[in-house]
Amino acid sequence: MSLISALARLEAVQTGRAQPAATARHRHLSDRPLVLVPLTTAGEAGAPLGALVGTDRDAPRLLVVPQPRDRDLRFAFLAELADVVLPYIDTYAEAAESAERNETDPETGKRVKVEVELCSDAPQLIVPSRAGVDYVRLLGRSMRFRRTAEQEPEAPHPAPPRVPLLGRWLTHYGERARVPGSSLLLALTEVLSRHWATGQSSLEDQHLGALLAWIDPPDGTSGAEAALSAELARDERGQLRCPPAGPATDPAFDNKLLAPAIERYDRARTRLAAAEDGLQADDRLAELTAAEHGIRALVESRTRPTWDAVWRGIDLLRALPEGAHVADRWTRDRWSFTGHRDRVTAGEPPQPRHDDAVTAANKLATREREQARLEAQEALDDPLIMAGRRLAGEAFAGEVIDVVMAYSDSKRPSPRPLVTVRTEDRPHLGERTKVYRQLGGKPQAAEFVRYEGQEGAGALFVLRILDKMGRGKEPEAGSVPEKGDHVCFTLFEHEQRGGAKLPDPEETPWTHGGPPGERTESPLPDPVTEEDAL
Amino acid sequence: MPAPATRGTALRQRLAELRGPAVPPQPLDARALAALASNPGCKRRALLDGAGVNKATLASALGSPSAFGQSQFAFMRGNAFEARVKADGGAELLRLVHERMGGPAPDEARVPDLAAVGPEGRTARTALALREATESGGWTLLDHPMLALDVAGSSAFLEPDAVVVHPDGGWTVVEIKSFPMVDGSADPAKVGAAARQAAVYVLALEEVAARLHPAPAVHHRILLVCPKDFSNLPTASAVDIRKQRSVTRRQLARLTRIEDIADDLPPGICFSPDLPPTELSAAVESVPAAYAPECLSACELAFHCRERARERGAVTALGRALRGELGGLTTVDSVLSAAHGESGDPEDPAVRALRRAAELRREALGGPGCH
Repeated sequence: MSLISALARLEAVQTGRAQPAATARHRHLSDRPLVLVPLTTAGEAGAPLGALVGTDRDAPRLLVVPQPRDRDLRFAFLAELADVVLPYIDTYAEAAESAERNETDPETGKRVKVEVELCSDAPQLIVPSRAGVDYVRLLGRSMRFRRTAEQEPEAPHPAPPRVPLLGRWLTHYGERARVPGSSLLLALTEVLSRHWATGQSSLEDQHLGALLAWIDPPDGTSGAEAALSAELARDERGQLRCPPAGPATDPAFDNKLLAPAIERYDRARTRLAAAEDGLQADDRLAELTAAEHGIRALVESRTRPTWDAVWRGIDLLRALPEGAHVADRWTRDRWSFTGHRDRVTAGEPPQPRHDDAVTAANKLATREREQARLEAQEALDDPLIMAGRRLAGEAFAGEVIDVVMAYSDSKRPSPRPLVTVRTEDRPHLGERTKVYRQLGGKPQAAEFVRYEGQEGAGALFVLRILDKMGRGKEPEAGSVPEKGDHVCFTLFEHEQRGGAKLPDPEETPWTHGGPPGERTESPLPDPVTEEDAL
Repeated sequence: MPAPATRGTALRQRLAELRGPAVPPQPLDARALAALASNPGCKRRALLDGAGVNKATLASALGSPSAFGQSQFAFMRGNAFEARVKADGGAELLRLVHERMGGPAPDEARVPDLAAVGPEGRTARTALALREATESGGWTLLDHPMLALDVAGSSAFLEPDAVVVHPDGGWTVVEIKSFPMVDGSADPAKVGAAARQAAVYVLALEEVAARLHPAPAVHHRILLVCPKDFSNLPTASAVDIRKQRSVTRRQLARLTRIEDIADDLPPGICFSPDLPPTELSAAVESVPAAYAPECLSACELAFHCRERARERGAVTALGRALRGELGGLTTVDSVLSAAHGESGDPEDPAVRALRRAAELRREALGGPGCH
């Protein structure tokens, strides 16, 4: 934690309200995001209990698994989820624009520009918390290797038709969420705590209710009080007033409300199966329906507060102005979405269980590069974040107090003006350290020449401007700072270069396991056991 | 000065008084020990755990009930999975041990009866069974053995899920957990917790082994058994717990002896939940605590301690990392007043950095942008 964000937290304690940790919004927010609030069954892996899902804040779709250990009911839930999510994804997959991409020509080996499609927008999924992102991944994994009746007519327990496809999309979204700065799948608590500093620890910030209480407390209460009651307040039945954002439920809810309701449902089902005639069956079906409604009501009561909280959080984020580089990162998300759309249409098999060495190395390199990009772009878009970098000696801002024209020693001398900057920051500048500033959206490089002593509270640094001044002998107008200008230079680069190129998977060296070999057309499904659950 | 032989009795007597008359002691389990070792500076936790005070009851009596609880679904699944793994005389479990750890094929295995009266009796029975199994030269599965570990001067009894004795005489701790291992990997946080718990068992087993001649090897790789993917079939992975073992050993050694903490208490202190809240609260306050947000997931008393830490304005309530940044300033008010130039030594580098940070923050929030 930097000292600036530590101060923000302390100020939040003192004022009883969250303090800004950013002055711009650093994540893309879709006009029509799909919000998903899933609940899971304690102790079971990938056995959903229910979910609220949809794009309309006033009309979420409630999906419930009345007996989470029943495979057929679980498949029915997943099929319903696919019916909501896949049409939403399709609307974005259809609208594409043409774009250019650099590709290596397989015959000549040269880089050529190819015209390709790029989806004009991408679907955005928002879940309440980090655990929700992990759950999306887990659901994706649990579905993408399933076989439908069409693929394998003989196998027992076939999955409903669109379930494996939903699994592949959720896997893609879960994987993309690991790329820093991406916005295809957002965990609301993470985005909120990026933009606000609360008066509690980052561990406690993972509670959506408490986090929102600090940022936007109800009238007449302090953030601290509201957060405490969001965390702990229980009603007369011993249930949390602000249910956890999931996917895990509160044990008190499981034990006192859910378990008896599921038991009632199981009993009603057994009784219905044992009905002797039509009349009795009708009565018992009514019993079963009532029991199912009971569970639906319970699931809705635990997800609806979180659903409303997620939309409140989205409102708060929308009120912040979007950072200048957010659109650039969202374009990368659109590429990612388009790429997966193309793989699905091309009939490629689902993502494998384990990445091969080259894919894994590429993924790691991407994450590192995107992390550096995100850090640089957030600082450039936001003076408050830049302040943190300045405090850390990674950037400095100040006033230009002198400009002396100078030229390079080459045969065709180019302008290399010397600029003296007075700053109160303490950058870690060494001899010929490169520094960068924003000039018309592009980085301009300079190098540190010498330190010229103190002037008042500030230090004087002489920099030599190196580029972006045009081809002529005289620098282009506006390309060199003038006396009296306020400038901000960073010691980090603004744009990230791609890393070294990796070999094709077929060329993987033996040190890394050798070529992955023929990938089977479609990976084997998970073995089906007598019962999934215990 | 009391004779050494009565010292132990005297301590037990003292701890029973602290717990309150007619309150049975709450036994320490490996999970509590691992949590205790993660915050060795907390005297409050060390004393309460050492004295066998039920912290959950205490927290409720103080008006800040803990939020720990287990869903009956998770509980049922955990039990059913463990039963399944150990079914048929542990055949499946031994197959997994053999698969991951090597050795001759486990065609036959002994599963000795470890039943005895009381934890001391079961501990003695376990030690005997371990010795016999080591000498037997075959596979032996000890189902829920009982081990004792000395913690800050009082004994804790621990019950691992299973211990397997190899034909070569080596011992392996088996931890059975119901979280899934999907494609060979499980939630790192849960694996970490299981490893810390197993490290405590390994330490206790090493004490038993040290009393045998020749001392058998206690393997530093434990076997973690989990459901495979989305099924209920068991799969296993060997987890190296050397790091957790040395951390736990060091932290347990650092725990101030409970006797010393008890000696510093004013006379007449008692933690019985029947006492009125004000008296109880004063008793708890008389033992210093070291609250950090990590306590919330590990200690029943955390909400109480957090409330007190917040009342005091302690900066650690916001995270341990914060503390390191702020040097000698430990309360919210002192940090903020130093940052705003109202107090503090301007020559102190921590104060200087704070003031610069406050200035930059003010400028960024109100002043002109910087590019």
